[in-house]
Amino acid sequence: MGESEPEAPAPTLKAPLLFISVLLIASCGLIYELVAGTLSSYLLGDSVMQFSTVIGVYLSAMGLGSYLSKFIQRGLARRFVDLELGVALVGGFSAPILFQAFAHTHAFRVVLYGVVMVVGTLVGLEIPILMRILKNQVRFKDLIAGVLTLDYMGALFASILFPLLFMPKLGLVRTSLFFGLLNATVGLWCTYLLATQLGPTRLIRLRCLAVMALLAVGLAFAGKFTLVLEEEVFADEIVYAKDSPYQRIVLTRGRGSFQLFLNGNLQFSSADEYRYHEALVHPAFGVKPDAKRVLICGGGDGLAVREVLKHPSVQEIVLVDLDPAMTDMARFQPMVRQLNGASLEDPRVKVINADAMVWLQESSGPPFDLALVDFPDPNTYALGKLYTSRFYRLLQRRLTDDAMIAVQSTSPLMARESFWCIAATMEAAGLKVHPYHLAVPSFGVWGFALASRRDFAIPTHVLPGLRHLSDEATAAMFAFPRDMDRVPTEVNRLDNQVLVHLYAREWRRWS
Amino acid sequence: MKRRAFLAAGAISAASLACRRKPEFPFQGELVGPDLALGHWLRGGDFPDPERFEPVSALVVGGGVAGLSAAWRLAGGGLDDFRVLELEPEPGGTSRSGRNHVSAFPWAAHYLPVPDRGNHAVLRLLDECGVLEGFDAKGEPRFAEEATVRSPEERIFAYGQWWEGLYLRAGASADDERQYHAFFHEIDRWAAFRDAKGRPAFSIPRSRCSDAPEAVALDGLSFAAWLDARGLSSPRLRWLLDYACRDDYGSRLDTTSAWAGLFYFAARKQGPGEDSRPLLTWPEGNGFLVDHLRQPLGDRLRCGVLAVAIREEKDGVLVTAWDHLGQRRVGWKAKRVIFAGPQHVARHVVAGLAEARPAAARIRNAPWMVANLTLRARPKEPTFPLAWDNVLRDSEALGYVAATHQSLKDYGPTVLTWYRPFAGADCDAERARLRAMDWPACARMVMDDLRPAHPDLEGLVARLDVMRWGHAMVRPAPGQMWDPAFLGLARPFGAVHFAHTELSGLALFEEAQDHGVRAAEEVLAASGRRGESWR
Repeated sequence: MGESEPEAPAPTLKAPLLFISVLLIASCGLIYELVAGTLSSYLLGDSVMQFSTVIGVYLSAMGLGSYLSKFIQRGLARRFVDLELGVALVGGFSAPILFQAFAHTHAFRVVLYGVVMVVGTLVGLEIPILMRILKNQVRFKDLIAGVLTLDYMGALFASILFPLLFMPKLGLVRTSLFFGLLNATVGLWCTYLLATQLGPTRLIRLRCLAVMALLAVGLAFAGKFTLVLEEEVFADEIVYAKDSPYQRIVLTRGRGSFQLFLNGNLQFSSADEYRYHEALVHPAFGVKPDAKRVLICGGGDGLAVREVLKHPSVQEIVLVDLDPAMTDMARFQPMVRQLNGASLEDPRVKVINADAMVWLQESSGPPFDLALVDFPDPNTYALGKLYTSRFYRLLQRRLTDDAMIAVQSTSPLMARESFWCIAATMEAAGLKVHPYHLAVPSFGVWGFALASRRDFAIPTHVLPGLRHLSDEATAAMFAFPRDMDRVPTEVNRLDNQVLVHLYAREWRRWS
Repeated sequence: MKRRAFLAAGAISAASLACRRKPEFPFQGELVGPDLALGHWLRGGDFPDPERFEPVSALVVGGGVAGLSAAWRLAGGGLDDFRVLELEPEPGGTSRSGRNHVSAFPWAAHYLPVPDRGNHAVLRLLDECGVLEGFDAKGEPRFAEEATVRSPEERIFAYGQWWEGLYLRAGASADDERQYHAFFHEIDRWAAFRDAKGRPAFSIPRSRCSDAPEAVALDGLSFAAWLDARGLSSPRLRWLLDYACRDDYGSRLDTTSAWAGLFYFAARKQGPGEDSRPLLTWPEGNGFLVDHLRQPLGDRLRCGVLAVAIREEKDGVLVTAWDHLGQRRVGWKAKRVIFAGPQHVARHVVAGLAEARPAAARIRNAPWMVANLTLRARPKEPTFPLAWDNVLRDSEALGYVAATHQSLKDYGPTVLTWYRPFAGADCDAERARLRAMDWPACARMVMDDLRPAHPDLEGLVARLDVMRWGHAMVRPAPGQMWDPAFLGLARPFGAVHFAHTELSGLALFEEAQDHGVRAAEEVLAASGRRGESWR
């Protein structure tokens, strides 16, 4: 057995102060567990499953650590300091490591349980070794009582402060880095408390300082991590991030709502998306209330589908969205799924993952009565093509003669020429167009274009019981004040893509 | 076999197995036509007559754009009793195309500048193809949006990144800009030029160009000499113009007639001060037009048939040919023959031609290599995104065209068509160099060229197929463009008429079509079917 360690009590050993470090390392240990559990349930959904498995793996790893502690025989104090530095590094960097693994590898679960395993094992080693260091200073019954009391109290502090203080103020990445720093500080502090057992301490302290510096750099230059950088950009905490072959999808949470970003551009905020989606969907139904077959181009978040499903006449919805990662998130990410009311699961909905324009070019089938076009703003050529006269001509090939079309068409205030360019382009493709707009606080003033191949009157009636739109509010959207009124523009064609340039120029003014 | 010998043999074969090298590239591919051996077989000499000569009103020798256009015009003029002979298994010549599970793609010519309202034959063809949508209020033709090159049209790789456009503005000095504008000011001047008969100096096809002395004089010097005389020395400008020469003519500034150099720019202007005409293109390039032209021919088009001897007799022209598929001699007796192949073939095949027209020996054709790279996925594009035409500044090649650009596919697999003219001064030496290259040598040339712009490309390539064109395009050499002996090559030789883009000294779809239509109209007139010209 490991009884060859120094038995002699160290006269300068300060047992009460060492008890305080128990409190701290216990908090740190629990924080890493919470970070891993929270992060995996944000990223993977199904929080019961994620927390259960993370806690299970973590506790069993602690057991493993406790068992392994008996093989550590000499230089307990030195081992303890090393242990603190190890926990500081792996635990401290666990959140950035896990975010990166999720965003850039396909082996997130392997990395997750690997990190949890390593941190758990190291944390499991801490208390047995500390108790062996203290065993000659304190009577055994006091030792057990004191260490375990503080261990459990530390866990309590951590579990209360994590959701109330650290998550809202620091976010996951900084929280884990901060507690890593705390672990390393305990290590450094112990080089003083346990100085007599350590022998020469200079090198050990240098090591402590190096680890602390690394973590401090991690905290200070958090922008070096993409996700932390994004947290700066998004101002809110990231709860979901995925690089698909088409775009970067990020979900953030803050101020009582959550937001979806594609390539850094806000797509919706759960606080006011109802205004946007009601305005996209219901005016078209106001003109054609009996629409049965509905085509949605884009709109992979399922929120437009949610609004369409409110219309009892609808028998079939075909949603064409480029990115399976997007429609999967709409189906399976708990927050988004709750917001769209699991709309993509409705039996009337058929999801097709394809470039909508290529799909329109190549597909055939019965015509649609109503089409909703909900693409991201035209900030690339690949998106710009979805706003060309060719697109609107291809779209018409799949519509009935009296079908209604609604197109999201950027802000008539921030990008006035772009907005009217879209309307002019639709007209050039042979459509009658009535543009409209409303305020969506998280976007600003936002615009749409309602169109049909036939002349039609501005809708005066919408579905009752909506959150924002009423009959009066609907009619009011079609009036344009002078600073947003029509300006002459070119037509956006495949061979000129004027809209991409126009859009870039107009939005540059606001950034 | 003795035991020792057996062991030795085993050791040797084991060693040779061990020495079998890993393939150089993680993808496969092949060298595809044209059939170099079959073509050169012509030079062999004597060919006995076939058993019989099938009588026919007209025979078109050559199924490239000129030959197909001649057939198109003959049929349009009511002369349906004709045959078209094509040496290759597919018609189209340098407008041929291919197709695989990812996309259709061109094997050479891949676009057409939109014709002006005076280019009747091209307008007629585009109208038939459904590409001409009508005319605007000013009488200018309007074309289908989906056939007009989609923006972004061009980008250039320089200084380690891609930039929009073909002229590199990044890093240009004030003097570069001044010279750039000075050059295009000169182009505008020529675009505005009209001679006493109202003809422009430069127009497509060139049969509409003025022969006024001040325009013709441009042919007396090289494009390089013309630029030197105007002090246009900006390296960027000269790069752009040299690129244009390599791209359209397979030659360089100093081997291109100044007339042809200015033709490239001025003939495509919509008017002085206006932009160049937009371009029409399809995923399969000009193969789209070839498919339209070949479709009504049915079995009047005979592929894999090589005309080996053409001689005129009292009551018609006897054409002896080798049917490569049937491995037999075949023959036709035609009232009229349209020879729609290049002159270096004509002089071997048409009896008495070489002696009567020595000017044909002066024509030089540039060899080209064209590679089609089928990609499983696209390279990473951190700077300006993939365009239709993607040009590398520091390269002997011309860059590549993305076949899926026009079919609107912005993600996933694609086919890139990579072009490289062998533009050295000595065409024969360049041709020998190209013929000596096997597939690995070709693949290495392509990958080495693209690696600076796309370091990740190799892992994305599923196939790399290579076409070696021995005689891809005629070079517009200084002094040739208005040489009367050269221009006279287009005149009939007895009952043999000639149609080929080479006869314009410019390798363009419109020139090939113009000669095909002209030759067909000569034949129609000779058979008493005079009518309104399509030209």
